[in-house]
Formats: sequence, structure tokens, C-alpha cells
Amino acid sequence: MSANQLTLWYLIASVCFILALKGLSSPTTARRGNLFGVIGMSIAVLTTLAVVARGRVDLILIAMLVGGSVGAIVARRVQMTQMPELVAAMHSMVGMAAVLIAIAVVNNPAAFGEHDPLPAGNRLELFIGTFVGAITFSGSVIAFGKLAGLGKKFRLFSSAPVVFKGQHLLNLALALVMIGFGVAFFLAPDKAWTPFLVMTAIAFVLGVLIIIPIGGADMPVVISMLNSYSGWAAAGIGFSLNNSMLIVAGSLVGSSGAILSYIMCKAMNRSFFSVILGGFGAAEGSAVAGGEQKTVRSGSADDAAFLMANAESVIIVPGYGLAVARAQHAVKEMANKLIEKGVSVRYAIHPVAGRMPGHMNVLLAEAEVPYDQVFEMDDINNEFGNTDVVLVLGANDVVNPLAHEKGSPIYGMPILEVAKARTVLVNKRSMAAGYAGLDNPLFYMDKTMMVFGDAKKVVEDIVKALD
Amino acid sequence: MSGTVDPTIINLVVFVLAVFVGYHVIWNVTPALHTPLMSVTNAISSVIIVGAILAAAPTETDFGSILGVIAVALASINVAGGFLVTQRMLEMFKRKQPKDKESGK
Repeated sequence: MSANQLTLWYLIASVCFILALKGLSSPTTARRGNLFGVIGMSIAVLTTLAVVARGRVDLILIAMLVGGSVGAIVARRVQMTQMPELVAAMHSMVGMAAVLIAIAVVNNPAAFGEHDPLPAGNRLELFIGTFVGAITFSGSVIAFGKLAGLGKKFRLFSSAPVVFKGQHLLNLALALVMIGFGVAFFLAPDKAWTPFLVMTAIAFVLGVLIIIPIGGADMPVVISMLNSYSGWAAAGIGFSLNNSMLIVAGSLVGSSGAILSYIMCKAMNRSFFSVILGGFGAAEGSAVAGGEQKTVRSGSADDAAFLMANAESVIIVPGYGLAVARAQHAVKEMANKLIEKGVSVRYAIHPVAGRMPGHMNVLLAEAEVPYDQVFEMDDINNEFGNTDVVLVLGANDVVNPLAHEKGSPIYGMPILEVAKARTVLVNKRSMAAGYAGLDNPLFYMDKTMMVFGDAKKVVEDIVKALD
Repeated sequence: MSGTVDPTIINLVVFVLAVFVGYHVIWNVTPALHTPLMSVTNAISSVIIVGAILAAAPTETDFGSILGVIAVALASINVAGGFLVTQRMLEMFKRKQPKDKESGK
């Protein structure tokens, strides 16, 4: 196959990837989009295999078989509540693959159709692709640990921010040293292993240091950011290999992750940098201990069932607590019971509810909640005023009216206006503060009734009471 | 002006245009599908497997080509895992036949 033919095939594959993303504009076209993605990937892999037909295709096929089987098994077994961990783990694979390829390029540029030794321009591109890949890998490993709840065993993976004095200064210094070695690699006349490897090692350390100070509820931003990085890493490798398809696919993914990060930051009214610098939840616990004792009204699942059964309209606000308790199926059952009684049931989703973008939507979809009952924040916020009962399940900061008060740490964050409803039911495990470490005035309102307990248990009790 | 265009410049052209395409396509993705978006972009960025295949191909096996083989395996996990888990999620978003009792109000 000539280089021209190869590039044309890569063009077709690139177009398929664009169509794959375009399909996601609506649930009805999304599956066809995914099919385009598969076709694009098949074209990319098969044409590349044709190019290297005289090489060790046997080894490559074995590796693909092994990796593909692992991927298929994981994709089949993973629970929907574990999606954030899975996505983080997959980002790390892309990052590691980028680093391994980069090392192979330095070792033997001829295998990639490059000059040996590698020209300076390609070395610069390789440097960028490598450090972004290395940061993606180690950062995603930390993100995975935090999301999978490994913090109890290793402090490094603690979902609370890990902060220490001089952290930002250290990161900055390391970044400068890393760039220094990158420049040395760029300027070196021949295979410059030492600066290359030192630069890569520092990038691995940096990835860890960048992610550890970021706390649990900022994970939607982190995971989108790493998504973006994995794309830029692929694009960087594409530059150094002069491979247009890698550049296109990498840029698509890079901009996708960047846009998601932006949406998530905006939904928390925080700047990207304040999230990255981290440490937001550091005051957790201390803010709760102080302050005067206020009274809350608490009720049982039976009371909640009674209120909802006699309402005309109910809006359910799911949060991370729902995912932790895996209560999505129970919630669907409850909603069905209510609908049978003639109650209108809708769901309101805040963009940062859960641990990754769209987390709640997937859980509700898994429980077969029809998606025309599920509303985004902007579409339902006007409806709370004429709603009888709102049931908040394991959400806190996203419904905190403090967001309207000047001077509060979350001032300006767009929230779901649940306080406008006639009655608010809040399910929480305890009165502990949310991620932001703030008290929530919503809980002390006269119209609010707290229902304490595990989300799944409480909802199941409500279902029983509805019978 | 004379001579051929440096490949790096062509790469830059492709890159900038692709970022624009990405920007416009991604803003049209419905928020409900943001999780499938992340998993499918994961699968797409594993097209880096192309580089891994080139790295793994040389007939003379050295440590570079062994790293290539490992990279092929890692990227394959993502290719298969990414597309399959996306498919699994999208199946869940399939509109169910509206039953009378579920029609709501």
C-alpha cells in the first residue's frame, strides 16, 4: 500500500470518528454513531496491519487478542455505578501506551518511517506527547484510586484532598525542571536517552502530585481533564509520527474533554485553576462542629411515602449518595408505584451530580427510567415552584441555598431550586456536611423533612409503604 | 515562495481544523450522554494503537518492539472496552415502548 492510499484510508477513519461523536447529539442516533466509531477503528487497525504485513504480525495479533479480551470482559462485567473508575482506568491505558510508543520511537525511528536519528522538530513533538501521556497515566491512576475508594488503604488515594506546604511551589519547580530536560532532549544531536528518560520520570511524578490535592466532588472536572489530556497525548504522538489520523482523533478527544471540564467548572461556579490547585474540601468536618444547634424535622419512610402518594407532582433529585447506595432500581420501582397512583414523577439532574459528567443519567437509564422523565437543571428549575414534593436522594451542595448568599464559599454556583417546592424530603445518611464542608440551610426549613438512612434502604421502605 | 510545505505545517493545519470540528461537534452532545461520550472518546483516543502496531512490527525483536507489543495490548483493552461499554450504556438509553402504566403525565 502506498503512503497516499494509507493516508486516504486514515481520512475515512477520521471522518468515521467525527460521525461517532456527532451521533451522541441524541439518544436515538447514538448507537449508530458508536457503530461508526467501530468502523473507523477497524479501518485504522486493518490498514496499519497491511502496512506492517511483513513484520511480526503474529505478536501484534496475540497482543490485540489478549488486550481485546480483557477489555471485553471488563466492559461486560462493570457495574454502572463503577463507570467513573472504569473511565479513569482507561485514560491511564492511553497515557501509558503513548509513553511506550514514544520510547520505541526514540529507540528506533526507522520503524516509523522516520529518519534515524530523529529530526529535532519531531523530537520536540515527541517530548510534548510523552510528558502529556505520562501525566495522563499517573494522574489517572490516582483518580482511579480515589474513585474506587482505595483511600482507606493508601493515603495517596484518599478522596479528601492531600495537601502539604509548598505543594504548588514544588509542582512548579518540577514542571520547570521537566521542561528543561525536554529542551535538552530537543537540542541533543543524537539519541538523548538521559534527558528523555529523566523528563518522562518527572512527568510521572507530576501527574501524581497534580491530582492528589483534588477532592472527591471535584472529580467530574478531573476526569474530564484527564480525558482531554489523553487526547492531546495521542495528538502529540500523531505529530511526531506525521500521522494525520492520530492528530484528528487526538484533537477531537482533547477538545471533548476540555469542553466537559469547562461545563463542569461552570456548574460549580469555580475556575478551572481553583479546581486544579485543589484543597477545597480541606475544612471538611471542622465547619460542621462549630455553630449553634439548629433543629431539623425528621420523619420515617412511611411519612415520606404518605406525602408523596398524596401529591400531584413529585421531583426526584438524585446525587452521589444514590450511586453509592446503588439505589437506582429501587427509585424506579418507587416512581412506578407513584405513577400508578396518578402522581406525576420527574427527575432533576444537576450537571455535577455524581462523580463524572452524566453519571446520574446513566444510572437512571440502567434502571430503565424513560428519559423523557429526566430533566437537566436549566429545563426544570422553573418547575419547582409548582411542585408539591421534592425528594432529594444523597445530594447536598447542588441544592444548597447558600449559593444565593454573597460571601458563602459556593456563592454563584447554579443550584436546583428545590427550596421553592411546597415540601422537601431530604434523604441523607447523617447530618454531616457535604463536600464543600458547608452547612445546608435547606435542611432546617419548616417545609423540609429529613429521612435519615441509606438511600436504597429508605427508598425500599417507601416502596413497601406505598403498597 | 518556493519548495514543498514542511509536514509539520500540514500537521498543524490538520490539528487546528480538527480542534474546531471537535469544538462544534461536542457542544451538540446532549448532557444526558456525557458519560457515553467519555467512554467513546476513550475508545477513539486508543487509535494510538496505530503507533503501537508500528512500534511492535520490526522483525528484529528488541526492547523497543517489546514495548510496542505491550502498547498494542494496552490500547486494545481500551478499543474493545471503550466501544463495548459505550454500546452497553447506549442500549440502556434506548426508548422503551411506552406502556400505558408508564406513560406518566
